[in-house]
Amino acid sequence: MAISSPANRLWWKEPIHRVELTWIIIAFLWGLVMFFTMVYWHAVGDQNLANTTYKTTPEAYLAKADAMAQKFKVREEFGIPVVRPPPGSDVYLVARIWQWWPILELEKGQSYRMHLSAMDYQHGFSLQPVNINIQVHPGYEHVFTMTPTESGQFGIICNEYCGLGHHTMASRMYVVDRNQ
Amino acid sequence: MAAPTLFRTCPTTGLKVDLAAQALIKANVVAAVIFLALGGLFGLSVALTRWPDVHFLPLDWFYLALTAHGLDVLLCWIIFFEVAVLYFASAILLNCRLAAPRLAWAAFALMVGGSVLVNITVLQGESSVMFTSYVPMKAAPNFYLGLILFAVGALIACGNFFGTLVIAKEERTYEGSVPLVTFGAITAAIIAVFTLASGAVILIPTWLWSMGYISHIDPMTYKLIWWAMGHSSQQINVSAHVSVWYAVAAIVLGAKPLSEKASRLAFFLYILFLQLASAHHLLVDPGISSEWKIFNTSYAMYLAVLGSMIHALTVPGTIEAALRKRGFNKGMFEWLRKAPWGNPAFSGVFLSLVMFGFLGGISGVVMGTEQINLIMHNTLYVPGHFHATVVAGTTLTFMAVTYLLIPLVLQREVMFPRLAKYQTYVFAIGVSGISLFMMGAGTLGIPRRVWDVTMSDAMFPHQFPAAAFLMLTLNGIFAIMAALGGVMYVVNVVASTFWGKKTADAPKPQKASPPLAAPVRAAVGTYGSAETLYIPGTIVLVGIFFISFVLYYYVNWKYLAEVWPLR
Repeated sequence: MAISSPANRLWWKEPIHRVELTWIIIAFLWGLVMFFTMVYWHAVGDQNLANTTYKTTPEAYLAKADAMAQKFKVREEFGIPVVRPPPGSDVYLVARIWQWWPILELEKGQSYRMHLSAMDYQHGFSLQPVNINIQVHPGYEHVFTMTPTESGQFGIICNEYCGLGHHTMASRMYVVDRNQ
Repeated sequence: MAAPTLFRTCPTTGLKVDLAAQALIKANVVAAVIFLALGGLFGLSVALTRWPDVHFLPLDWFYLALTAHGLDVLLCWIIFFEVAVLYFASAILLNCRLAAPRLAWAAFALMVGGSVLVNITVLQGESSVMFTSYVPMKAAPNFYLGLILFAVGALIACGNFFGTLVIAKEERTYEGSVPLVTFGAITAAIIAVFTLASGAVILIPTWLWSMGYISHIDPMTYKLIWWAMGHSSQQINVSAHVSVWYAVAAIVLGAKPLSEKASRLAFFLYILFLQLASAHHLLVDPGISSEWKIFNTSYAMYLAVLGSMIHALTVPGTIEAALRKRGFNKGMFEWLRKAPWGNPAFSGVFLSLVMFGFLGGISGVVMGTEQINLIMHNTLYVPGHFHATVVAGTTLTFMAVTYLLIPLVLQREVMFPRLAKYQTYVFAIGVSGISLFMMGAGTLGIPRRVWDVTMSDAMFPHQFPAAAFLMLTLNGIFAIMAALGGVMYVVNVVASTFWGKKTADAPKPQKASPPLAAPVRAAVGTYGSAETLYIPGTIVLVGIFFISFVLYYYVNWKYLAEVWPLR
């Protein structure tokens, strides 16, 4: 039994039954398939998060975001600038308690170099209802390219606990058609 | 030197039982159950707050309760119980005295002291930093100190376990190799040492930082090392509860492993590869290469998953083989129909096996896929997954085996056998609901750890789909059911432990349904059953499992493919 010592002292010399062996081989191969599916997706898939990251400080990052917001601001909502940077440009999003800043307006089908960094605690970038979720750290500037494929108004919420105002940390992202 | 060791002889198994080990097992089980009750209460209040129409707790209490829930059940309940399992698998199963009972009591005192300190600190309200306590969010110094004390206690308990193994070997209390269950426990203890060491590496500096002696803790480094404790400690649970699966199958049915070699290989794969799992929590974090993510998140080509998949065949396989040996040989599934479903130890283990595999295992592998993690990270899918592994897997298994420990080790009769008979089912249904509906809500984008998902206070609230709120409501209802199952367990265990009839007074064999009556030493065939192995039912079950796994895996790739392109 499993609670007593093996009856056969040389248990490692016993053959493994065909049924077990077959399953072990199937499970091993399935593991390889799953492993190489991840690798394969890097070659052919469109959803691979870039790992480009810079060390930064809250002040340095905020200065860059501020410069972008001043340059491309198109209007304000509740005192928060709505920014429409040109396609292909660097877009900075600031995560801080309890706000995403500024509000972004992007064009459908265009690619943008998104930058994410936090000013204080860790935050969670969660784009809804698309359901893209990325962790945001203070001191790290994460850069990746994102291409909105549908237009409309999207929600950005925070999904890493960041203090008592966490549930109010929500913003918008607008995606508009090219010539709007 | 030490006082002479006192033993009694177990009337059921004939094993020598060290009375010191027995007392320690009892103490650790009782402590575990107390923290389960406490943590379960916090958990229920969290689920009721997530239920939008109930929204039970106020803001600050929600995060406090969520922090306490994680600490009390994931840390205290499970590790206290695991210490009991370690002492059982060493001293009792090897017929040996416990290496250092006094030291074991010191470990117990440290763990109790640490747990109480953490709980008090959290209840003081300044340490609602969640179980994960990510820096730079700061808790009170006693929060980290309590965790460190608890970890040191657990480490000493592991040392005691290893010491007992050495003594058993020296004193030749067993023949040949250690039993499979002890082998599994060794796996758990080795992983525990790695885990607790990682915890020390990160928690001690964080403690110093919380007191102002260190100026800065890097948040990425913290996460990487913290999860070497946080996730790897879940692998202690897997090793421990899989060991218990084999133990319960052996005690209840006299089941023998199909092949010692395959089952031990599976445990051995855990030792080699499970520690890489820290990566599961860093898949959408900055500054880490994809190569690192892919290698680590897959436990180097899914070699630890391979271990679990081997157990997925061998555990039900041993059960089927044992029941067929008892004559339930008709057709594919007579053994399953006529299995001792009225015995809570068996039903709990079998339900746990099924739910751990189908709900917890598959969702874990899918969520731990580098790219798919993008559509799941930090959503409610994550708690949905780990309630299937840690609650349906570990907790339900530990509950099940408690019904055997009470008569065999604590020498009391289970006070309310009928309550026990239904308890595992009530709890299992509740937990499967919790897991499924949290996962469902997560796929609809509901974040974890949020007090109010309607975001009524927010300047720019996001409106989640109505289906998500329905899932949260169902989650609340099933949480009530799971809590009911928890209460049924706690009441029965506490009542039996303290006021149950002593089995020594009434030395009758275990009351159980007919197939269980025969006591169990060597009920089933021989090892190396290479010619006789006949487990068609298990093959069908494993086939269903495999097909579900493959389908669910690729369905999620399809979901991912519909998301905005990211490079």
